[in-house]
Amino acid sequence: MVVRELELDLDAFEGPFDLLLTLVLKEELDLAEVDVAGIVLAFIERLAERDELDLEACGEFLVLVAALLELKARGLFPDEEAELSELEPEEAAEELARRLAEYRRAKEAAAWLAERLEAESDRFFRLGPAPLAPRVERRLAPQQPEALAGALRVLAQEPPAVSLAHLELRFPPVAQFLDRFRAVLRRRRVFDLDAEVEGMSRIEQAVAFLALLELRRGGEVALEQAAPFAPIRVKRAAEERREEWTARSA
Amino acid sequence: MDRPLRLITTSPVDRLARTVEALLVVASQPLSVDELAEAANDDSERIETALGLLGERYTEGRSGIVLEHVAGGWAFRASREAADACGRLFERPVERGLSAAALETLAIVAYLGPVSRPEIARIRGVAADSVVAGLVERGLIAESGREEGVGGAVRYRATPLFERVFGLDSLSALPRLDDLGDSTEEIRERLESVAERRGA
Repeated sequence: MVVRELELDLDAFEGPFDLLLTLVLKEELDLAEVDVAGIVLAFIERLAERDELDLEACGEFLVLVAALLELKARGLFPDEEAELSELEPEEAAEELARRLAEYRRAKEAAAWLAERLEAESDRFFRLGPAPLAPRVERRLAPQQPEALAGALRVLAQEPPAVSLAHLELRFPPVAQFLDRFRAVLRRRRVFDLDAEVEGMSRIEQAVAFLALLELRRGGEVALEQAAPFAPIRVKRAAEERREEWTARSA
Repeated sequence: MDRPLRLITTSPVDRLARTVEALLVVASQPLSVDELAEAANDDSERIETALGLLGERYTEGRSGIVLEHVAGGWAFRASREAADACGRLFERPVERGLSAAALETLAIVAYLGPVSRPEIARIRGVAADSVVAGLVERGLIAESGREEGVGGAVRYRATPLFERVFGLDSLSALPRLDDLGDSTEEIRERLESVAERRGA
């Protein structure tokens, strides 16, 4: 079923649908006088004559009639148009007409292609993927065996040992600090760790702290710190016990 | 002149024609003069001469193979008188069962391409996704860049295969859209015939 060949018998027009469209687009027929419902009826009647539903034709018909209706509506109510669209009524009508014409041209071009295809249906030719192009050969410059031997010799040499000096850390023995702190504690009952390790390297300070923990574990000292990051105070363990006793007796 | 006299009757152009003939037999798509010249290692002008020689030999009515200029290149095809026999052995799968919607979309792409799916949908008034996918699968249209701007829609154009199937030298061989359809005179004629029928 071809929509454009739909025969119409309306008050304002009698003939095929696509002639109506052509006349409307050429403004030789006033769309306001065309009974669009009559077109729809004619189409539905033609559709009913057939057993199966032609979706292709229905789709095409819907597009054309929708455009026609919109075109007609804009023509009939030019004043209300301003609210409906940002386009001026004439602009909108022009745009619609342009779209309709564009669609019609596409239909015509498709019809031409269909005819062409029919006319060229006796063309047979080989069809297939193109064969691969030959691989480009990459030519090497003339080579010298000596150059290759030289290159291999360089590769065969033992690489120089990599220095790990920058990774090395020197830890002083913990015992050294144990002795040192015990010596201090023999002279004084209490001392501040910070004062004692001042001027030492970071590593030495860390080892000194380890020595302190060691002394604490052995019960030789008691440690105090008023707050995080506050100076660490080191006391002889015996002194601490005595103070506790004093506090309890008081 | 120290060149020896040629005693063999074949001229170099004949030999070049045989080379071109061989290239066209092997090729599965039309070859341009430049491609032929490069493959034959000869200059374009002599290739044209060789093609002229081949064109005389491979014509309808004289040979089962016909040389034609199509899709911007030269290719062999079967002669039209052998079409029935070819049709019994092979089919033309590219254009088998092309729907009206597909032809319409193909027309839009061929005339307006590169064109995006939204544009096609705008002209046709319905979504074009599946139709476009079908045409791409058949090889009649192919992607051709994107619309400008971030996330621009893919654009499509007609392929050389399209030109070949429709027997077109190039897309410019398509008739102008203004030349299609009803001329004013034709409309008047139809109007008059309608009026006659009405009067009858």
